[in-house]
Amino acid sequence: MKYLCLVYLEERKLHAVQDSECMACGAGLRESGMLLAAEALQPVDTATTVRIRNGKLAVTDGPFAETKEQLAGFYLVDARDLNDAIQVAAKIPPAREGSIEVRPVRELNTDLYG
Amino acid sequence: MTTTDQVRETVNAVYESDSRRVLATLIRVLGDFDVAEEALHDAFMAALEQWPRDGVPANPRGWLVTAGRFKAIDKLRRRKRFSSLEEAGDAADVAVVDTAAWADEESVEDDRLRLIFTCCHPALAAEAQVALTLRQVCGLTTEEIAQAFLTRAPTVAQRIVRAKAKIRDARIPYEVPARTDLPGRLDGVLRVIYLTFNEGYAASSGASVTRHDLSAEAIRVGRLLVELLPEPEAIGLLALMLLHDSRRTARATASGDLILLEDQDRSLWNREQIAEGVGLVRRALSSPAGPYAIQAAIAAVHAEAPASAATDWNEIVGLYDVLSRLDASPVIALNRAVAVAMRDGPAAGLSIIDAILDGGDLTEYRPAHAARAELRRLLGRTADARVSYERALALARQGPERRYLERRLAELSAN
Repeated sequence: MKYLCLVYLEERKLHAVQDSECMACGAGLRESGMLLAAEALQPVDTATTVRIRNGKLAVTDGPFAETKEQLAGFYLVDARDLNDAIQVAAKIPPAREGSIEVRPVRELNTDLYG
Repeated sequence: MTTTDQVRETVNAVYESDSRRVLATLIRVLGDFDVAEEALHDAFMAALEQWPRDGVPANPRGWLVTAGRFKAIDKLRRRKRFSSLEEAGDAADVAVVDTAAWADEESVEDDRLRLIFTCCHPALAAEAQVALTLRQVCGLTTEEIAQAFLTRAPTVAQRIVRAKAKIRDARIPYEVPARTDLPGRLDGVLRVIYLTFNEGYAASSGASVTRHDLSAEAIRVGRLLVELLPEPEAIGLLALMLLHDSRRTARATASGDLILLEDQDRSLWNREQIAEGVGLVRRALSSPAGPYAIQAAIAAVHAEAPASAATDWNEIVGLYDVLSRLDASPVIALNRAVAVAMRDGPAAGLSIIDAILDGGDLTEYRPAHAARAELRRLLGRTADARVSYERALALARQGPERRYLERRLAELSAN
Protein backbone atom coordinates (compact mmCIF):
# COMPACT_ATOMS: atom_id res chain seq x y z
CA MET A 1 0.00 0.00 0.00
CA LYS A 2 1.17 3.53 -0.79
CA TYR A 3 1.68 6.16 1.88
CA LEU A 4 2.62 9.79 1.44
CA CYS A 5 4.93 11.00 4.18
CA LEU A 6 4.61 14.79 4.35
CA VAL A 7 7.51 16.59 5.97
CA TYR A 8 6.53 19.66 8.00
CA LEU A 9 9.12 22.07 9.34
CA GLU A 10 9.17 25.55 10.82
CA GLU A 11 10.64 28.01 8.32
CA ARG A 12 13.68 28.70 10.50
CA LYS A 13 14.42 24.97 10.58
CA LEU A 14 14.20 24.37 6.84
CA HIS A 15 17.95 23.94 6.67
CA ALA A 16 18.42 22.32 10.07
CA VAL A 17 18.98 18.98 8.37
CA GLN A 18 21.80 18.68 5.86
CA ASP A 19 20.73 17.92 2.29
CA SER A 20 23.31 15.14 2.18
CA GLU A 21 21.54 13.37 5.05
CA CYS A 22 18.18 13.57 3.23
CA MET A 23 19.86 12.28 0.06
CA ALA A 24 21.24 9.31 1.98
CA CYS A 25 17.82 8.58 3.48
CA GLY A 26 16.21 8.64 0.03
CA ALA A 27 18.94 6.44 -1.40
CA GLY A 28 18.47 3.90 1.39
CA LEU A 29 14.72 3.78 0.80
CA ARG A 30 15.20 3.47 -2.95
CA GLU A 31 17.57 0.56 -2.40
CA SER A 32 15.01 -1.20 -0.19
CA GLY A 33 12.51 -0.83 -3.04
CA MET A 34 10.07 1.16 -0.92
CA LEU A 35 10.59 4.60 -2.42
CA LEU A 36 8.27 5.68 -5.23
CA ALA A 37 9.16 9.39 -5.19
CA ALA A 38 10.67 12.00 -2.90
CA GLU A 39 11.34 15.70 -3.28
CA ALA A 40 12.24 18.69 -1.13
CA LEU A 41 10.26 21.89 -1.70
CA GLN A 42 11.21 25.56 -1.92
CA PRO A 43 9.89 27.66 1.02
CA VAL A 44 6.23 28.73 1.02
CA ASP A 45 7.03 32.30 -0.03
CA THR A 46 7.59 30.83 -3.50
CA ALA A 47 4.12 29.24 -3.46
CA THR A 48 1.28 30.22 -5.77
CA THR A 49 -2.29 29.12 -5.15
CA VAL A 50 -4.59 28.41 -8.07
CA ARG A 51 -8.40 28.16 -7.95
CA ILE A 52 -11.21 28.09 -10.47
CA ARG A 53 -14.24 30.05 -9.23
CA ASN A 54 -17.32 30.62 -11.37
CA GLY A 55 -15.33 29.21 -14.25
CA LYS A 56 -12.64 31.84 -13.85
CA LEU A 57 -9.02 31.28 -13.00
CA ALA A 58 -7.90 32.95 -9.77
CA VAL A 59 -4.19 33.00 -9.00
CA THR A 60 -2.91 34.26 -5.63
CA ASP A 61 0.46 34.62 -4.03
CA GLY A 62 1.34 32.34 -1.11
CA PRO A 63 0.24 28.96 0.27
CA PHE A 64 -3.44 28.04 0.64
CA ALA A 65 -3.10 28.34 4.44
CA GLU A 66 -0.52 30.05 6.63
CA THR A 67 0.76 27.65 9.24
CA LYS A 68 3.66 27.71 11.67
CA GLU A 69 5.08 24.53 10.25
CA GLN A 70 5.13 24.41 6.48
CA LEU A 71 5.27 21.58 3.97
CA ALA A 72 8.96 21.17 3.24
CA GLY A 73 8.99 17.98 1.22
CA PHE A 74 7.49 14.54 0.73
CA TYR A 75 8.29 10.87 0.41
CA LEU A 76 5.88 8.62 -1.46
CA VAL A 77 6.56 5.09 -0.22
CA ASP A 78 5.23 1.63 -0.76
CA ALA A 79 4.81 0.00 2.66
CA ARG A 80 3.30 -3.24 3.92
CA ASP A 81 1.00 -1.48 6.39
CA LEU A 82 0.82 1.55 8.69
CA ASN A 83 3.39 0.12 11.13
CA ASP A 84 5.81 -0.31 8.24
CA ALA A 85 5.09 3.25 7.04
CA ILE A 86 5.62 4.60 10.58
CA GLN A 87 9.03 2.88 10.62
CA VAL A 88 9.93 4.66 7.37
CA ALA A 89 8.65 8.03 8.63
CA ALA A 90 10.72 7.67 11.79
CA LYS A 91 13.85 7.37 9.65
CA ILE A 92 13.20 10.57 7.66
CA PRO A 93 15.84 12.96 9.11
CA PRO A 94 13.54 16.03 9.58
CA ALA A 95 11.40 13.90 11.97
CA ARG A 96 13.91 15.10 14.60
CA GLU A 97 13.23 18.79 13.87
CA GLY A 98 9.60 18.89 12.73
CA SER A 99 6.77 16.44 12.04
CA ILE A 100 6.06 13.78 9.46
CA GLU A 101 2.40 13.29 8.59
CA VAL A 102 1.71 9.81 7.25
CA ARG A 103 -1.28 9.61 4.92
CA PRO A 104 -2.50 6.47 3.17
CA VAL A 105 -3.04 6.90 -0.55
CA ARG A 106 -6.60 6.40 -1.71
CA GLU A 107 -6.93 4.46 -4.93
CA LEU A 108 -9.30 6.22 -7.32
CA ASN A 109 -12.41 4.25 -8.05
CA THR A 110 -11.95 3.14 -11.64
CA ASP A 111 -14.70 0.52 -11.53
CA LEU A 112 -17.13 1.59 -14.24
CA TYR A 113 -20.01 -0.07 -12.44
CA GLY A 114 -18.93 1.04 -8.96
CA MET B 1 -35.93 -28.57 30.76
CA THR B 2 -36.10 -29.65 27.13
CA THR B 3 -33.01 -30.49 25.12
CA THR B 4 -33.55 -27.35 23.09
CA ASP B 5 -33.46 -25.24 26.26
CA GLN B 6 -30.31 -27.01 27.40
CA VAL B 7 -28.59 -26.39 24.09
CA ARG B 8 -29.72 -22.79 24.17
CA GLU B 9 -28.07 -22.44 27.57
CA THR B 10 -24.92 -24.03 26.20
CA VAL B 11 -24.87 -21.53 23.34
CA ASN B 12 -25.24 -18.69 25.85
CA ALA B 13 -22.44 -20.10 27.97
CA VAL B 14 -20.17 -20.43 24.93
CA TYR B 15 -21.04 -16.85 24.00
CA GLU B 16 -20.03 -15.67 27.48
CA SER B 17 -16.76 -17.58 27.56
CA ASP B 18 -15.64 -17.59 23.94
CA SER B 19 -17.31 -14.92 21.81
CA ARG B 20 -14.32 -12.54 22.17
CA ARG B 21 -11.91 -15.30 21.21
CA VAL B 22 -13.98 -16.20 18.18
CA LEU B 23 -14.24 -12.53 17.19
CA ALA B 24 -10.48 -12.05 17.53
CA THR B 25 -9.87 -14.97 15.17
CA LEU B 26 -12.57 -13.91 12.73
CA ILE B 27 -10.98 -10.46 12.44
CA ARG B 28 -7.71 -12.11 11.43
CA VAL B 29 -9.34 -14.55 9.04
CA LEU B 30 -11.67 -11.99 7.43
CA GLY B 31 -9.39 -8.95 7.72
CA ASP B 32 -12.09 -6.49 8.75
CA PHE B 33 -13.69 -5.59 12.09
CA ASP B 34 -17.20 -4.96 10.75
CA VAL B 35 -17.30 -8.07 8.59
CA ALA B 36 -16.02 -10.11 11.56
CA GLU B 37 -18.65 -8.71 13.93
CA GLU B 38 -21.40 -9.57 11.50
CA ALA B 39 -19.90 -13.02 11.01
CA LEU B 40 -19.77 -13.56 14.78
CA HIS B 41 -23.45 -12.72 15.03
CA ASP B 42 -24.33 -15.01 12.13
CA ALA B 43 -22.24 -17.85 13.58
CA PHE B 44 -24.11 -17.76 16.89
CA MET B 45 -27.45 -17.55 15.07
CA ALA B 46 -26.43 -20.66 13.14
CA ALA B 47 -25.44 -22.38 16.40
CA LEU B 48 -28.86 -21.67 17.91
CA GLU B 49 -30.44 -23.23 14.87
CA GLN B 50 -28.15 -26.19 14.25
CA TRP B 51 -26.88 -27.35 17.65
CA PRO B 52 -30.32 -28.42 18.94
CA ARG B 53 -30.75 -30.46 15.76
CA ASP B 54 -27.22 -31.82 15.19
CA GLY B 55 -25.86 -31.75 18.74
CA VAL B 56 -23.19 -29.51 20.27
CA PRO B 57 -19.94 -29.88 18.28
CA ALA B 58 -16.85 -31.29 20.00
CA ASN B 59 -14.97 -28.05 19.40
CA PRO B 60 -17.59 -25.27 19.63
CA ARG B 61 -15.06 -22.47 19.12
CA GLY B 62 -13.65 -24.01 15.95
CA TRP B 63 -17.17 -24.63 14.69
CA LEU B 64 -18.11 -20.99 15.28
CA VAL B 65 -15.01 -19.66 13.50
CA THR B 66 -15.67 -21.93 10.55
CA ALA B 67 -19.36 -21.05 10.44
CA GLY B 68 -18.63 -17.32 10.77
CA ARG B 69 -16.04 -17.44 8.00
CA PHE B 70 -18.35 -19.38 5.73
CA LYS B 71 -21.27 -17.01 6.34
CA ALA B 72 -19.10 -13.97 5.71
CA ILE B 73 -17.69 -15.34 2.45
CA ASP B 74 -21.17 -16.39 1.38
CA LYS B 75 -22.47 -12.87 2.05
CA LEU B 76 -19.56 -11.23 0.25
CA ARG B 77 -20.09 -13.53 -2.70
CA ARG B 78 -23.78 -12.70 -2.90
CA ARG B 79 -23.14 -8.97 -2.47
CA LYS B 80 -20.42 -8.81 -5.09
CA ARG B 81 -21.85 -11.63 -7.20
CA PHE B 82 -18.59 -13.48 -7.42
CA SER B 83 -18.77 -15.55 -10.53
CA SER B 84 -15.33 -17.09 -10.71
CA LEU B 85 -15.22 -20.83 -10.10
CA GLU B 86 -12.18 -20.40 -7.93
CA GLU B 87 -14.10 -18.39 -5.33
CA ALA B 88 -17.01 -20.80 -5.34
CA GLY B 89 -14.62 -23.71 -4.82
CA ASP B 90 -12.97 -21.99 -1.90
CA ALA B 91 -16.29 -21.42 -0.15
CA ALA B 92 -17.35 -25.01 -0.71
CA ASP B 93 -14.18 -26.27 0.96
CA VAL B 94 -14.91 -24.27 4.07
CA ALA B 95 -18.24 -25.96 4.53
CA VAL B 96 -16.59 -29.36 4.78
CA VAL B 97 -13.42 -28.63 6.73
CA ASP B 98 -14.24 -28.15 10.38
CA THR B 99 -10.97 -28.52 12.27
CA ALA B 100 -9.09 -25.85 10.38
CA ALA B 101 -5.64 -24.52 11.09
CA TRP B 102 -6.93 -21.06 12.00
CA ALA B 103 -8.82 -22.48 14.96
CA ASP B 104 -5.89 -24.13 16.73
CA GLU B 105 -5.20 -23.16 20.32
CA GLU B 106 -1.98 -21.22 19.86
CA SER B 107 -3.07 -19.00 16.99
CA VAL B 108 -6.36 -18.27 18.75
CA GLU B 109 -4.48 -17.04 21.83
CA ASP B 110 -2.28 -14.90 19.55
CA ASP B 111 -5.42 -13.48 18.00
CA ARG B 112 -6.57 -12.12 21.35
CA LEU B 113 -3.22 -10.40 21.77
CA ARG B 114 -3.43 -9.08 18.19
CA LEU B 115 -6.85 -7.66 19.01
CA ILE B 116 -5.60 -5.91 22.15
CA PHE B 117 -2.61 -4.35 20.37
CA THR B 118 -4.73 -3.26 17.42
CA CYS B 119 -7.40 -1.64 19.63
CA CYS B 120 -4.63 0.19 21.53
CA HIS B 121 -2.69 1.29 18.44
CA PRO B 122 -1.09 4.71 19.03
CA ALA B 123 -2.34 5.93 15.64
CA LEU B 124 -5.88 5.87 17.13
CA ALA B 125 -7.13 8.68 19.38
CA ALA B 126 -6.71 7.90 23.09
CA GLU B 127 -10.46 7.93 23.74
CA ALA B 128 -11.04 5.69 20.75
CA GLN B 129 -8.47 3.19 22.06
CA VAL B 130 -10.37 2.87 25.34
CA ALA B 131 -13.79 2.62 23.66
CA LEU B 132 -12.59 0.10 21.08
CA THR B 133 -10.91 -2.06 23.72
CA LEU B 134 -14.04 -2.15 25.87
CA ARG B 135 -16.19 -2.90 22.83
CA GLN B 136 -14.05 -5.52 21.11
CA VAL B 137 -11.93 -7.10 23.86
CA CYS B 138 -14.47 -6.94 26.70
CA GLY B 139 -17.62 -7.15 24.60
CA LEU B 140 -19.36 -4.20 26.27
CA THR B 141 -22.13 -2.60 24.25
CA THR B 142 -21.83 0.98 23.04
CA GLU B 143 -24.56 1.95 25.54
CA GLU B 144 -22.66 0.36 28.44
CA ILE B 145 -19.46 2.20 27.49
CA ALA B 146 -21.32 5.51 27.15
CA GLN B 147 -22.96 5.00 30.55
CA ALA B 148 -19.64 4.12 32.16
CA PHE B 149 -18.01 7.30 30.87
CA LEU B 150 -21.10 9.45 31.38
CA THR B 151 -21.22 10.35 27.69
CA ARG B 152 -23.84 9.80 25.02
CA ALA B 153 -24.03 6.52 23.14
CA PRO B 154 -23.86 8.19 19.68
CA THR B 155 -20.57 9.86 20.74
CA VAL B 156 -19.06 6.50 21.67
CA ALA B 157 -20.48 4.86 18.54
CA GLN B 158 -18.94 7.60 16.41
CA ARG B 159 -15.52 7.12 18.05
CA ILE B 160 -15.65 3.38 17.40
CA VAL B 161 -16.80 3.79 13.79
CA ARG B 162 -14.00 6.29 13.09
CA ALA B 163 -11.39 4.06 14.71
CA LYS B 164 -12.49 1.04 12.70
CA ALA B 165 -12.44 3.11 9.50
CA LYS B 166 -8.90 4.23 10.23
CA ILE B 167 -7.78 0.66 10.95
CA ARG B 168 -9.17 -0.33 7.56
CA ASP B 169 -8.21 2.71 5.43
CA ALA B 170 -4.75 3.40 6.87
CA ARG B 171 -4.17 -0.36 7.11
CA ILE B 172 -3.26 -0.71 10.76
CA PRO B 173 -1.99 -4.29 10.82
CA TYR B 174 -3.60 -6.98 12.95
CA GLU B 175 -0.45 -8.13 14.68
CA VAL B 176 1.52 -8.32 17.87
CA PRO B 177 4.38 -5.81 17.55
CA ALA B 178 7.87 -7.05 16.83
CA ARG B 179 10.20 -7.47 19.80
CA THR B 180 11.93 -4.14 19.10
CA ASP B 181 8.67 -2.16 19.13
CA LEU B 182 7.11 -4.11 21.99
CA PRO B 183 8.14 -1.98 25.00
CA GLY B 184 6.67 1.22 23.55
CA ARG B 185 3.53 -0.47 22.29
CA LEU B 186 3.02 -2.35 25.54
CA ASP B 187 3.17 0.98 27.42
CA GLY B 188 0.25 2.15 25.28
CA VAL B 189 -1.80 -0.95 26.08
CA LEU B 190 -1.05 -0.66 29.80
CA ARG B 191 -2.06 3.02 29.72
CA VAL B 192 -5.45 2.13 28.19
CA ILE B 193 -6.04 -0.55 30.81
CA TYR B 194 -5.02 1.71 33.71
CA LEU B 195 -7.11 4.60 32.39
CA THR B 196 -10.12 2.30 32.25
CA PHE B 197 -9.42 1.01 35.74
CA ASN B 198 -9.09 4.51 37.20
CA GLU B 199 -12.29 5.67 35.56
CA GLY B 200 -14.10 2.76 37.19
CA TYR B 201 -12.30 3.18 40.50
CA ALA B 202 -13.16 6.87 40.76
CA ALA B 203 -16.76 6.08 39.87
CA SER B 204 -17.14 3.17 42.28
CA SER B 205 -17.72 5.56 45.16
CA GLY B 206 -19.68 8.02 43.04
CA ALA B 207 -23.40 8.64 43.11
CA SER B 208 -24.25 6.19 40.37
CA VAL B 209 -24.19 2.48 41.10
CA THR B 210 -25.54 1.62 37.66
CA ARG B 211 -22.32 2.44 35.86
CA HIS B 212 -20.78 -0.66 34.37
CA ASP B 213 -17.94 -1.99 36.44
CA LEU B 214 -14.98 -0.63 34.49
CA SER B 215 -12.47 -1.62 37.17
CA ALA B 216 -13.47 -5.25 36.87
CA GLU B 217 -13.22 -5.06 33.07
CA ALA B 218 -9.77 -3.48 33.32
CA ILE B 219 -8.63 -6.23 35.70
CA ARG B 220 -10.01 -8.81 33.28
CA VAL B 221 -8.01 -7.38 30.36
CA GLY B 222 -4.96 -7.00 32.61
CA ARG B 223 -5.24 -10.65 33.62
CA LEU B 224 -5.63 -11.73 30.01
CA LEU B 225 -2.57 -9.70 29.04
CA VAL B 226 -0.45 -11.28 31.79
CA GLU B 227 -1.63 -14.71 30.68
CA LEU B 228 -0.72 -14.01 27.05
CA LEU B 229 2.33 -11.79 27.51
CA PRO B 230 3.85 -12.04 30.99
CA GLU B 231 6.03 -8.91 30.76
CA PRO B 232 7.10 -7.46 34.15
CA GLU B 233 5.17 -4.20 33.70
CA ALA B 234 1.99 -6.03 32.68
CA ILE B 235 2.33 -8.09 35.87
CA GLY B 236 3.03 -4.90 37.82
CA LEU B 237 -0.10 -3.21 36.50
CA LEU B 238 -2.29 -6.21 37.30
CA ALA B 239 -0.87 -6.24 40.83
CA LEU B 240 -1.47 -2.51 41.21
CA MET B 241 -5.10 -2.81 40.09
CA LEU B 242 -5.80 -5.81 42.33
CA LEU B 243 -4.28 -4.10 45.38
CA HIS B 244 -6.28 -0.91 44.81
CA ASP B 245 -9.42 -2.85 44.11
CA SER B 246 -8.98 -4.92 47.30
CA ARG B 247 -9.96 -1.79 49.26
CA ARG B 248 -13.08 -1.12 47.22
CA THR B 249 -15.67 -1.88 49.91
CA ALA B 250 -13.68 -0.12 52.62
CA ARG B 251 -13.11 3.15 50.82
CA ALA B 252 -16.62 4.58 51.01
CA THR B 253 -19.50 4.66 53.47
CA ALA B 254 -22.89 3.20 52.59
CA SER B 255 -23.99 6.70 51.58
CA GLY B 256 -20.98 6.97 49.24
CA ASP B 257 -18.74 9.23 51.34
CA LEU B 258 -15.00 8.73 50.91
CA ILE B 259 -13.03 7.09 53.70
CA LEU B 260 -9.30 7.85 53.72
CA LEU B 261 -6.82 4.97 53.71
CA GLU B 262 -5.84 5.66 57.35
CA ASP B 263 -9.47 5.50 58.53
CA GLN B 264 -10.53 2.42 56.58
CA ASP B 265 -11.75 -0.76 58.30
CA ARG B 266 -8.97 -3.07 57.18
CA SER B 267 -11.02 -6.17 57.91
CA LEU B 268 -13.08 -5.21 54.85
CA TRP B 269 -10.07 -5.44 52.56
CA ASN B 270 -10.23 -8.33 50.14
CA ARG B 271 -7.50 -10.68 51.43
CA GLU B 272 -7.64 -12.93 48.38
CA GLN B 273 -6.96 -10.03 46.03
CA ILE B 274 -4.18 -8.78 48.33
CA ALA B 275 -2.52 -12.18 48.39
CA GLU B 276 -2.68 -12.40 44.60
CA GLY B 277 -1.47 -8.80 44.22
CA VAL B 278 1.46 -9.26 46.61
CA GLY B 279 2.49 -12.45 44.79
CA LEU B 280 2.41 -10.60 41.47
CA VAL B 281 4.47 -7.72 42.91
CA ARG B 282 7.22 -10.20 43.83
CA ARG B 283 7.17 -11.56 40.27
CA ALA B 284 7.22 -8.06 38.75
CA LEU B 285 10.09 -6.90 40.95
CA SER B 286 12.31 -9.86 40.07
CA SER B 287 13.44 -8.00 36.93
CA PRO B 288 14.47 -4.31 36.69
CA ALA B 289 11.35 -2.72 38.11
CA GLY B 290 9.21 -0.36 36.03
CA PRO B 291 6.82 2.33 37.27
CA TYR B 292 3.76 0.06 37.56
CA ALA B 293 5.67 -2.56 39.53
CA ILE B 294 6.97 0.07 41.95
CA GLN B 295 3.54 1.63 42.42
CA ALA B 296 2.20 -1.86 43.05
CA ALA B 297 4.96 -2.42 45.60
CA ILE B 298 3.86 0.76 47.40
CA ALA B 299 0.25 -0.45 47.40
CA ALA B 300 1.48 -3.79 48.76
CA VAL B 301 3.22 -2.10 51.71
CA HIS B 302 -0.10 -0.45 52.59
CA ALA B 303 -2.02 -3.68 52.08
CA GLU B 304 0.26 -5.65 54.37
CA ALA B 305 0.19 -3.12 57.24
CA PRO B 306 -2.15 -4.50 59.93
CA ALA B 307 -3.06 -0.94 60.98
CA SER B 308 -2.48 2.53 59.58
CA ALA B 309 -0.04 3.35 62.38
CA ALA B 310 1.98 0.23 61.55
CA THR B 311 2.64 1.35 57.95
CA ASP B 312 6.30 1.17 56.96
CA TRP B 313 6.60 4.78 55.73
CA ASN B 314 10.34 4.51 55.41
CA GLU B 315 9.90 1.72 52.87
CA ILE B 316 7.23 3.74 51.05
CA VAL B 317 9.42 6.86 50.83
CA GLY B 318 12.24 4.67 49.51
CA LEU B 319 9.98 3.25 46.80
CA TYR B 320 8.86 6.76 45.84
CA ASP B 321 12.52 7.75 45.56
CA VAL B 322 13.03 4.95 43.04
CA LEU B 323 9.85 5.90 41.23
CA SER B 324 10.84 9.59 40.97
CA ARG B 325 14.10 8.57 39.35
CA LEU B 326 12.15 6.70 36.64
CA ASP B 327 9.47 9.35 36.23
CA ALA B 328 10.09 12.90 37.42
CA SER B 329 6.39 13.84 37.29
CA PRO B 330 5.07 16.33 39.87
CA VAL B 331 2.21 13.96 40.81
CA ILE B 332 4.77 11.39 41.97
CA ALA B 333 6.67 14.14 43.81
CA LEU B 334 3.39 15.04 45.56
CA ASN B 335 2.72 11.46 46.65
CA ARG B 336 6.28 11.20 47.89
CA ALA B 337 5.77 14.40 49.91
CA VAL B 338 2.74 12.88 51.63
CA ALA B 339 4.79 9.79 52.51
CA VAL B 340 7.58 12.02 53.85
CA ALA B 341 4.99 13.84 55.99
CA MET B 342 3.90 10.50 57.45
CA ARG B 343 7.49 9.49 58.17
CA ASP B 344 9.07 12.79 59.30
CA GLY B 345 6.05 14.88 60.32
CA PRO B 346 3.74 17.38 58.57
CA ALA B 347 6.27 20.23 58.34
CA ALA B 348 8.72 18.13 56.28
CA GLY B 349 5.99 17.10 53.84
CA LEU B 350 4.49 20.57 53.62
CA SER B 351 7.74 22.21 52.59
CA ILE B 352 8.00 19.79 49.63
CA ILE B 353 4.38 20.43 48.59
CA ASP B 354 4.91 24.20 48.90
CA ALA B 355 7.94 23.92 46.62
CA ILE B 356 5.95 21.96 44.00
CA LEU B 357 3.02 24.41 44.00
CA ASP B 358 5.22 27.52 44.20
CA GLY B 359 7.18 26.16 41.25
CA GLY B 360 3.97 26.38 39.22
CA ASP B 361 3.25 22.63 38.99
CA LEU B 362 -0.09 21.02 39.96
CA THR B 363 -1.76 24.38 40.65
CA GLU B 364 -5.01 23.02 39.14
CA TYR B 365 -4.63 19.58 40.73
CA ARG B 366 -7.15 19.03 43.52
CA PRO B 367 -5.16 16.43 45.51
CA ALA B 368 -2.21 18.84 45.80
CA HIS B 369 -4.37 21.47 47.49
CA ALA B 370 -6.19 18.88 49.61
CA ALA B 371 -2.86 17.49 50.86
CA ARG B 372 -1.52 20.98 51.57
CA ALA B 373 -4.73 21.78 53.49
CA GLU B 374 -4.42 18.60 55.54
CA LEU B 375 -0.80 19.28 56.54
CA ARG B 376 -1.51 22.94 57.32
CA ARG B 377 -4.39 21.81 59.53
CA LEU B 378 -2.15 19.35 61.37
CA LEU B 379 0.33 22.18 61.99
CA GLY B 380 -2.47 24.31 63.47
CA ARG B 381 -2.40 26.81 60.62
CA THR B 382 -6.20 26.97 60.46
CA ALA B 383 -6.58 30.06 58.25
CA ASP B 384 -4.06 28.72 55.69
CA ALA B 385 -5.74 25.30 55.82
CA ARG B 386 -9.10 26.90 55.05
CA VAL B 387 -7.69 28.65 51.95
CA SER B 388 -6.32 25.33 50.66
CA TYR B 389 -9.49 23.34 51.40
CA GLU B 390 -11.51 25.96 49.54
CA ARG B 391 -9.11 25.82 46.60
CA ALA B 392 -9.42 22.01 46.55
CA LEU B 393 -13.21 22.24 46.78
CA ALA B 394 -13.31 24.57 43.78
CA LEU B 395 -11.42 21.92 41.78
CA ALA B 396 -13.44 18.88 42.98
CA ARG B 397 -15.73 17.22 40.45
CA GLN B 398 -17.38 14.27 42.10
CA GLY B 399 -19.99 14.28 44.86
CA PRO B 400 -18.01 12.24 47.42
CA GLU B 401 -14.87 14.38 47.00
CA ARG B 402 -16.89 17.54 47.45
CA ARG B 403 -18.67 16.23 50.54
CA TYR B 404 -15.38 15.13 52.10
CA LEU B 405 -13.82 18.58 51.64
CA GLU B 406 -16.96 20.34 52.88
CA ARG B 407 -16.87 18.15 56.00
CA ARG B 408 -13.24 19.09 56.62
CA LEU B 409 -14.06 22.78 56.24
CA ALA B 410 -16.96 22.46 58.70
CA GLU B 411 -14.65 20.73 61.22
CA LEU B 412 -12.18 23.61 60.92
CA SER B 413 -14.91 26.09 61.85
CA ALA B 414 -16.15 23.91 64.74
CA ASN B 415 -12.71 23.71 66.36
